[in-house]
Amino acid sequence: MSESTLKGKGTSKGLNVHVRRTIAYVVLILLSFLCLIWFYILFINSTRSNSGLKSGFTIVPGAYLVQNFTNMLHGTVPVLNGMLNSVIVAGLSAGLCVYFSCMTAYAIHAYNFKGKKAIFTFILMIMMIPTQVTALGFITFMGKLKLMDSFIPLIIPSIAAPVVFFYMKQYMDSNLPLSLLEAARIDGCGEFRTFNSIVLPLMKPAIAVEAIFTFVSSWNNYFTPALILSTDKKKTLPILIAQLRSADWLKFDMGVVYVTIAFSIFPVIVVYLFLSKYIVGGVTAGGVKE
Amino acid sequence: MSDARKKSKVVSYNKWGYIFLAPFFIVWVIFQFIPLATTIYNSFFENYRSGLTQIGPNFVGLKNFVTIVTNGDLINYSKNTLIMWIIGFIPQIFFSLLLAAWFTDPSLRLKAQRFFKTVIYLPNLIMASAFSMLFFTLFSDNGPINSILVNIGLLSQPFKFMSNATAVRCLVGFMNFVMWFGNTTILLMAGMMGIDQSLFEAAEVDGATATEVFWKITLPILRPILVYVLITSLIGGLQMFDVPQILTNGTGDPARSSMTLIMYLNKHLFSKNFGMGGALSVFLFIITGILSLIVFRISYAGEVK
Repeated sequence: MSESTLKGKGTSKGLNVHVRRTIAYVVLILLSFLCLIWFYILFINSTRSNSGLKSGFTIVPGAYLVQNFTNMLHGTVPVLNGMLNSVIVAGLSAGLCVYFSCMTAYAIHAYNFKGKKAIFTFILMIMMIPTQVTALGFITFMGKLKLMDSFIPLIIPSIAAPVVFFYMKQYMDSNLPLSLLEAARIDGCGEFRTFNSIVLPLMKPAIAVEAIFTFVSSWNNYFTPALILSTDKKKTLPILIAQLRSADWLKFDMGVVYVTIAFSIFPVIVVYLFLSKYIVGGVTAGGVKE
Repeated sequence: MSDARKKSKVVSYNKWGYIFLAPFFIVWVIFQFIPLATTIYNSFFENYRSGLTQIGPNFVGLKNFVTIVTNGDLINYSKNTLIMWIIGFIPQIFFSLLLAAWFTDPSLRLKAQRFFKTVIYLPNLIMASAFSMLFFTLFSDNGPINSILVNIGLLSQPFKFMSNATAVRCLVGFMNFVMWFGNTTILLMAGMMGIDQSLFEAAEVDGATATEVFWKITLPILRPILVYVLITSLIGGLQMFDVPQILTNGTGDPARSSMTLIMYLNKHLFSKNFGMGGALSVFLFIITGILSLIVFRISYAGEVK
């Protein structure tokens, strides 16, 4: 008897798992649909003509993608220029950010100096201060330094990035033995050269992950560039998107509007699809550890 | 003698600590500390433009802070910000917990996990302003969503999403949910995978159901991570700007019901009302400062050795 109850319990539990698995798949598929549908609609709409778009939505793509794209390039919004500006700002920010964050983390990791603990604590405490609360002083001070309408206030501040610093520090804790640095010292390698030619190559995986994150967040940043940049030629993509919104957009060719949005979103999606393994793995970094 | 030499050598190495820290601190002082101090300084002055005449800067003490609280703006826009944050956060934490529990449940053995994780994290990397512009076009009066709803007979005429306060708030909350639940799922998964497997095995031997295991083992152990997620999300929520700014073209309409604190700050910055903008910034600084301290205590305090 006891055997049959055990067996009965076993089957009911097996069924239970089966049902739960089905529910899990249904919910996962629905949520994936919820994440992807917008980009599908965006893609469809960028391939259709203005008049076609006005007559309603279809699920098959149209034939106007190239036409919309050329219209965008010759339109009033300098999208290509904006993309170039975005690449410059985001690329330089990412490069400076990872290099100097490594350097800051290395200072804390490899040396013992007075006030080290206090400095480390301090950097972690300023981690959460949002850039928005200092924005007022930021623009007035940049005005005094004659740096308004320039890329410098958008690029240089990335050198002081506490979150990236923290990631690098954690990576060093588990991947950069101090004995290696001792060995370099004994071989007569200077401190600066040790950092550049021994530490940096060892940090490559961490640098790659953080470079992508910094690039993307700078690429997507709208608040600060909108306050700093005023010349049309210097504007980055998010500002141009905002301009599209504030213009009398009903007079716009909607196909061009969609293709412009697609143009600013899809580069990131393409990069993401290639590097998703590293990006998803890097998300948890900087969070709490159990 | 050798001892003295050794000592001087150590000192000369350690000075490099300061040298390597220098770029961070120089940049931090110029681009964050001085701006922060200037912001706080400005909050005590009356300094704005009225038409073509410049008023101030005159020292007014705490008048700006009093004004911002008594004219109701601060409370109103804090309320808007919190409502939109909550609309997004409830489904976000619900689905994240659910998905993280499923992904880490060994008895479920879900397939295609990497695909699902890749897909749900994707919206987090999308330019918020472009995503918001996309939603604006999709949900506009004669946009595709209305066209679909009318075609399948759900609506007899287009619904004006952008003129309805609840609709706009829900759209903002929904966008925040779509953009952030993947990120939260991955954070929670990391926490769940860190739980000692023997606890689950013991529970299974004792005959606990999956639901019981979730409520009695997983959730209590996850508490620190949940607090971390909650507070960092709240800090992020207070900074909510891109999505409602683009969706409503900076007006926060209808009737400023979707105007967030940062949108309000942005308005002051563009109209050069530095006194009020400063007071608002100081207020935000204090709130985020308190929240950050909580995050620091639960997450990072142990990191400093």
